Amino acid sequence: MKMATVYVDGRAYEMDPKQNLLHACLQLRMDLPYFCWHPAMGSVGACRQCAVKQFKDESDQHGRIVMACMTPVAEGARISIRDPEAVEFRQAIIEGLMLNHPHDCPVCDEGGECHLQDMTVMTGHDYRRYTFEKRTFRNQYLGPLVNHEMNRCIQCYRCVRFYREYAGGNDLNSFSLRNQVFFGRDRDGVLENEFAGNLVEVCPTGVFTDATLKRHYTRKWDLQMAPSVCVHCGLGCNITAAERYGMLRRLVNRYNGEVNGYFLCDRGRFGYEFVNSERRVRQPVLRGKPASAEPALEHLRELAGGSVIGIGSPRASLESNFALRSLVGAERFYAGVPGAQSRLLKQMVDVLRNGPARTPSLREIEHCDAVLILGEDVTNTAPRMALSLRQSVRQQPAEIAERMRVPLWMDHPVREIAQDQKGPLFIATPSPTRLDDAAARSHRAAPDDVARLGFAVSHLLDQGAPADLPDALRGPAEEIAQALKSAKRPLIVSGPSLGSAAIIQAAANVAWALPGAALAFTAPESNSIGLSLMEAPALDAALAAEADTAIILENDLYRRLPAAVVDEFLARFRHVAVLDCVESATTAKAELVLPAAAFAEADGSLVNSEGRAQRFFQALLPTAPIQESWRWLGEWETLDEILGAMASALPHLATAASAAPGASFRMDGAKVPRSPHRYSGRTAMLAQIDVHEPKPPEDRDSPLSFSMEGTPDQPPSALQPFFWTPGWNSIQAVNKFQEEIAGPLRQGDAGVRILEPGSQRPPFFDQIPPPFQARDGEWLLTPLYHIFGSEELSRLAPGIAQLSPQPYVALNPEEAGQFGGEVDLLGQRISLVRIADLPRGLAGVPVGIPPFAGLDLPMWSRISRPS
Amino acid sequence: MFSVVRTIWYVLLHMFHKRITVQYPDEKPYLAPRYRGRIILSRDPDGGERCVACYLCAAACPVDCIALQATEDPTGRRYPEFFRINFSRCIFCGFCEEACPTYAIQLTPDFEMGEYQRPNLVYEKEDLLINGPGKYPGYNFWRVCGVQIGGKDKGEAENEGPPVDIHSLLP
Repeated sequence: MKMATVYVDGRAYEMDPKQNLLHACLQLRMDLPYFCWHPAMGSVGACRQCAVKQFKDESDQHGRIVMACMTPVAEGARISIRDPEAVEFRQAIIEGLMLNHPHDCPVCDEGGECHLQDMTVMTGHDYRRYTFEKRTFRNQYLGPLVNHEMNRCIQCYRCVRFYREYAGGNDLNSFSLRNQVFFGRDRDGVLENEFAGNLVEVCPTGVFTDATLKRHYTRKWDLQMAPSVCVHCGLGCNITAAERYGMLRRLVNRYNGEVNGYFLCDRGRFGYEFVNSERRVRQPVLRGKPASAEPALEHLRELAGGSVIGIGSPRASLESNFALRSLVGAERFYAGVPGAQSRLLKQMVDVLRNGPARTPSLREIEHCDAVLILGEDVTNTAPRMALSLRQSVRQQPAEIAERMRVPLWMDHPVREIAQDQKGPLFIATPSPTRLDDAAARSHRAAPDDVARLGFAVSHLLDQGAPADLPDALRGPAEEIAQALKSAKRPLIVSGPSLGSAAIIQAAANVAWALPGAALAFTAPESNSIGLSLMEAPALDAALAAEADTAIILENDLYRRLPAAVVDEFLARFRHVAVLDCVESATTAKAELVLPAAAFAEADGSLVNSEGRAQRFFQALLPTAPIQESWRWLGEWETLDEILGAMASALPHLATAASAAPGASFRMDGAKVPRSPHRYSGRTAMLAQIDVHEPKPPEDRDSPLSFSMEGTPDQPPSALQPFFWTPGWNSIQAVNKFQEEIAGPLRQGDAGVRILEPGSQRPPFFDQIPPPFQARDGEWLLTPLYHIFGSEELSRLAPGIAQLSPQPYVALNPEEAGQFGGEVDLLGQRISLVRIADLPRGLAGVPVGIPPFAGLDLPMWSRISRPS
Repeated sequence: MFSVVRTIWYVLLHMFHKRITVQYPDEKPYLAPRYRGRIILSRDPDGGERCVACYLCAAACPVDCIALQATEDPTGRRYPEFFRINFSRCIFCGFCEEACPTYAIQLTPDFEMGEYQRPNLVYEKEDLLINGPGKYPGYNFWRVCGVQIGGKDKGEAENEGPPVDIHSLLP
């Protein structure tokens, strides 16, 4: 890339001419205050805070003040950040922004990690001269996850820009005028967008704060933090888990340029509260009675010595699954997923490993310029991916802006040029999705018909692909094929959520018919792909296995199979041992229950749907006897030992061991501290128990220390516990850790890819399903996913539980006409919901919400009037 | 020889100097109000707890001997759920008082805190909280701050206008 030389305060620097001055200065680690600019959202020049002086040439002594964020980098430009006039200007701007700012910092949750505080200190505004009245606002109730305190607003417009333009929400807006501009909803109510939690980080001050943190509030400097990975879907977003007083206090986004970037979904951000849930298993339970660790462990060893099978889990780490596999023997280890899903996952992995289509990272998805989604309601099955897909529809309109020589960081002009134009995004699902408003066209079809559309598209792209192209499909299929063909970076998104192998095959055919196309699959759980790579037989095979004992790892079988099947299955064993972090219907049936550590209390590795192995670390030490499942199950002393054992037993997973540096890693002889150096209360927090403060616990599993002692330097990205740098206390400090603003972290993004495509195209799949036929009196129960409620662990977080739907069954309004408000389904009375575009013959039911948990969806069932 | 005589002479002279030994504890020394002794938590003029659990004292403490946890009453008023000072670690530097934005934590002219058992030097909130405003009468943080609490609605703090009617169309 050709760089431009820019003189800043007389010194020459190399800057990227495609960027603006603010971006380029921050990239060079200069301190220049800003509010409205956001690395993911570009510049709008609303706050006037990043003013610098620009000079015409060397002889120009006078110069003029320009906004750095609105000024492109140009060869030979001369600017000054330290110019007294520019300094005074920035000071005056922040004084203006602070006129109405309340005297709230001591009771504001943002305090100590507030961008406004940082910028105020940076500009040197330290004394309030304005003595007149401050304007005030009433706050709104915005739901159980986000808190509103409108007085603190400085009108930077970041919230509405993120919420409306970036995340596609429409229930947050700016109201009123002049110095009374108000950001909120038209009335009190829960924020509808699934990414509303990002307002907490996007807002530079304390208007939007984390409502779950407020219930156990702790300042950022007091938290013990560790790099972690979200466990609430298969995308593996990077998070920072934070502890205080032995309790998980909050999660924030941990920037990973390839995966989640700057944003998380609300399930990931607020689902953490299950770790503090009342339903945690905290003691071993032996035959219904609490037991201590030694007899429990002895009993487990005794059971493991006999005839035993092990059932793994897609939500347990690679290490825990491997530990169980080693304990019971590879041939007696079963993946804890039902056969149908296990086959789908295996097919996905095979397609990605054998076929030429590469699975893209979320960042690559953002840059795809034509997308076909087959069968996935992405917002609800892999939420963060939906946010990336929403950015992908801006790619083609952005080319118009590029042709008009408008730089892409000029957010507003680029949007004005694009108007309502959207890049091609095609969605084929049975029910409406939250991405439909961004889509060029949405097709509502039954699962089989979704697959048929995919097969039709693939045939149009490559005549070699099998064809079944009735006239009804030709129109839409041609439109999609044309759009994909003319795109530079086409993408196919699919997944196992509809339980249809045909859909996955169709997606593979489309991707293979289109050289260079990317193929992204969603995965249902945090380690579904990792477990699938272990190539264990499915749960159905375990049903036929003969053994005395079953050891079940972090898995509630009642959410996998129908209750009657599980009852019968468990009854066949003389002993059932379960390791889990939360109580479930399965732990209730077990003879022995062992308390497993939840993600924030454990070390381990997960493989996400991209095929990226990532390590998560303990943010807090669990209270004994809770420990990682792999510690209960094996004799390994440290994480490195079990990773070594796993690498030799399963060589194709050996790369996963290099997802993060081993425990012996040191920087200048020092570990990486989990706490910021301002961590307080060390000599008082446990003084009521013992006045002699204990030695900080040693961590033998990772190069992180349980204290504030350690290297002040930037560690490898997989070990980055928090983002903080002098003068930048808020999460905006991430600028200082990046190689390139909004690009990779300086040490490279965390995680290693263990799924790479093959070079040869395998033969096309040719099992085209026949068209879907509705039946009389029977409906195909089709899974409908809910970001809040469908996932097992986040359901236990109070905030998420409050937003979960009640059980319902959804029908097309015409078909629903024959029923009233309720119907009889599966022997229960269930309320009826009407979904306008749902194909006839389908009945949508919420996944994972009793009584629909454990059903093998889709399945045919009768629906009748309530008797 | 001369130095011995000189020493005896000086000792003799000292017999006529004013005595500076104070007969403590029978006689108490005068300590200025700003003396940095035992730490207390004060109340605002209305009798409410002044501490808003902002954690600044804990952050300022060079020996990390202050630990607390914030919580809120149903009306939104924040206060410490517990507030603990480990006086066996405290160096009475007064940084906590300087850091306190609400005048809640104050050092007092009392140093008589000797204990035979170190655990007795761990003070909880009930040991620290006094029934008055201490050195700073009159100040009430909640009257200045913009957060709404019980008895103080939005716009009722000092220097605040009434809440904006955002549905009004008037300029």
